[in-house]
Amino acid sequence: MHEDLNWAIGGEAGDGIDSTGKIFARALSRAGRHVYTSKDFASRIRGGYTAYKVRTAVEQVGSVVDRLDVLIALTERTIDENLDELHEGSVIIYDGEQATMGDVEIPEGMIGLDVPLQRLAEDAGGSIMRNVVALGAACEVTAFPIENLDEALEKRFGDKGRAIVENNRDAARLGREYVRENYDHEFPYDLETTDEDYVLLNGDEAIGMGAIAAGCRFYAGYPITPATDIMEYLTGRIEQFGGAVVQAEDELAAINLALGAARAGARAMTGTSGPGIDLMSETFGLVATTETPLVIANVMRSGPSTGMPTKQGQEDLNAMLYGGHGEIPRFVLAPTSISECFHRTIEAFNLAEKYQLPVYLTADLSLAVTERTYDPGEFDMDDVEIERGKVVDESDVEEWLDEEGRFRAHAATEDGVSPRAFPGTADGAHMTTGLEHDELGRRTEDEDVRVEQVQKRRRKVETAREREDFEPREFGDPDADTLVLTWGSNEGAIREAMAQLESVSVRLLSVPYLFPRPDLTDAVEAAEDVLVVEANATGQFADLVEQDTLQRVQSVTKYTGVRFKADELAEAIRDAVAKTEVPQ
Amino acid sequence: MSSDAHFTDFKSDKQPTWCPGCGDFGTMNGMMKALAETGNRPDETFLVAGIGCSGKIGTYMHSYALHGVHGRALPVGTGVKLANPDLEVMVAGGDGDGYSIGVGHFIHAVRRNVDMTYVVMDNRIYGLTKGQASPTSRKDFETSTSPEGTNVPPVNPKALALSAGGTFIAQSFSSDSQRHTELVKQAIEHDGFGFVNVYSPCVTFNDVDTYDYFRDSIVDVEDIDHDPGSFDQAKDRILDSEKEHIGVLYRDEDSVPYGEREGIEGSMAEIPDGAPDGATDLVREFY
Repeated sequence: MHEDLNWAIGGEAGDGIDSTGKIFARALSRAGRHVYTSKDFASRIRGGYTAYKVRTAVEQVGSVVDRLDVLIALTERTIDENLDELHEGSVIIYDGEQATMGDVEIPEGMIGLDVPLQRLAEDAGGSIMRNVVALGAACEVTAFPIENLDEALEKRFGDKGRAIVENNRDAARLGREYVRENYDHEFPYDLETTDEDYVLLNGDEAIGMGAIAAGCRFYAGYPITPATDIMEYLTGRIEQFGGAVVQAEDELAAINLALGAARAGARAMTGTSGPGIDLMSETFGLVATTETPLVIANVMRSGPSTGMPTKQGQEDLNAMLYGGHGEIPRFVLAPTSISECFHRTIEAFNLAEKYQLPVYLTADLSLAVTERTYDPGEFDMDDVEIERGKVVDESDVEEWLDEEGRFRAHAATEDGVSPRAFPGTADGAHMTTGLEHDELGRRTEDEDVRVEQVQKRRRKVETAREREDFEPREFGDPDADTLVLTWGSNEGAIREAMAQLESVSVRLLSVPYLFPRPDLTDAVEAAEDVLVVEANATGQFADLVEQDTLQRVQSVTKYTGVRFKADELAEAIRDAVAKTEVPQ
Repeated sequence: MSSDAHFTDFKSDKQPTWCPGCGDFGTMNGMMKALAETGNRPDETFLVAGIGCSGKIGTYMHSYALHGVHGRALPVGTGVKLANPDLEVMVAGGDGDGYSIGVGHFIHAVRRNVDMTYVVMDNRIYGLTKGQASPTSRKDFETSTSPEGTNVPPVNPKALALSAGGTFIAQSFSSDSQRHTELVKQAIEHDGFGFVNVYSPCVTFNDVDTYDYFRDSIVDVEDIDHDPGSFDQAKDRILDSEKEHIGVLYRDEDSVPYGEREGIEGSMAEIPDGAPDGATDLVREFY
């Protein structure tokens, strides 16, 4: 019996692929199975190949693999696109009566189940339910109790009325019955269910949920793939907590709207993807030099320019670290898993306010659009801590006034962090400007004041290094000779690769803090092979590691637009170790 | 601070570096008077300015203020007002700031109708960069970057505002102190986006749109039969290129500001020490 099942539905964009995939993923999750999903989509609304893949197991899963056990193919092309991952015994569910299937030929050794999806859907009440008929068929193939699908259908269609839910349930059963009555294969699947209650969410949703948990009340953004889900998540939810989402006219407006809200005292956020951070970089400098706390989510995709909007990439690291003219302090946080998206978002708000600077929170496309199951305890709202930093109110504003009673909004303190008075605070009124300014926020070109303010802004970073815990996440064997370093979404695939490597023991450090970042020198020096894994062509993080540790590392890069897979990483690690070993 | 602030409370101790005779002095004085006379206090006022001569205003006035980047003042003001509706938000800019680099934001700010006041010091020239054509410069106006004349028609900001659904559109003249103050006051008191374009002459670089020119050309709509509630009349005045109308050109008495439409009530600055009540329901949604 296969406990680790890989399932997919593929067709043309507009065929309801995404929705169907989510229903199945939700059904599995509600049945107490772990789920990891991935999407393969083109940058267009209708037409073009698109697929939704679900990997499910009883244990937690953190990556995709090169294997497809059950495929619902709505078009002939779906089979061709997945040929590499299909294997002997793979089951392909298709509707041979459809023109999109042409003269479909099921590859040798595979099991083709020709199910009249559309016709059965019409029997159940409408051809639109053909995908649900296919889900019913998949339940039969995998011995998955169809009642779990019922719950997912309820969640998906509940607000459209009882009749719609019932019709869908009927459609699923027609699919199941058709396979039962017309085929007598012994399918090698028997999906075990458990009593566990899991939540299923993607990285963008985790960022949105983390933002609300952290007290974010204002979000401004301009729609852009793959960051839009954050805005869509917050819309309709943040209002319940007294907040607002504004769809801006462009990214320049978005970051300025968020800047205004932050200056008014709100925890504010904007979000975008690569091209958007270019547009925001003008105001990014203003945010930094006016020392305004702001969280900017950059959900990366492939670049440069408009690049490949729907494809994976980790190419904006340098842009986030160095973007913007002049020298400006900023923090860059990069969650390494979906649950980390939640936790690092909360941390980003705390860091932004404690150190009064912009914080980039960056997820990559794979993290953002992938859905994964977790124990709900991973998102414990009781654990959320809010730290607002050096906010002064009516009672202590006086100690920050100069001899003429003016508020020193940019006071050059020892730790580099100035007092912050929200507008409305009596005696706290002050102007601040993007021009170089003095302690009062007023323009200056005085050499001493300039140096004092530059040093003060830099000092915040040193203070943060002393006070905060910017540690990497560690996995594997702490004494292994092979060290793998990575950032972003690759952690899951690397951990899976490590499990495949029986003869090589590996230490993995996954780094969620890119600036300020942990000191990796000891770890790098202790290892024989150091591999840095990232989804870009030039090895931007590898460069940082070399610069920090003064050691050469091996860069493992991938810039096809497709996420890393465990198998290819296992091979890369094997190759690296083999090169180092002295030939016998 | 006393609840009845005097307009001098809105003055900072910095002396303006505007050229002697600049229209911006009068524009600013009227803004300060209007703020004080509408019962506002510096500690509860937020002023946003962009770049250029007009952008300097944040330094010369006393309130919470942000001097931002060129053309982006309106989104900043919008963010401030939505995050704390209790603040009086005023945005100041120039014709280059508002109608060139920032014209996209202008149209969208008008559409949103956030309850704030936008005062544009329109001198029909770029002053701080020493005399280039601005979007409101007349056609054929000769400047350092248009020695043969601009050869393009000017932007009509009041027409843009009217066509974008503006709910309060006024024009004033900075040297007519009383009338200018009165118009800014009405903009502040308007429930929505109060837009005041101010003829604010540049005495150094614009020798066409001078004080004398405006004095001779201005027609106050109060002196003629103008109903600001009439869209058609507003349109006729705004599109009349033969005259320089001042006064309230258009006012929509049914204006509902953005914050009210969106149900934004109190300040967003106050948040609990931990996750807000009900946050666990957000997790439950994912079951």
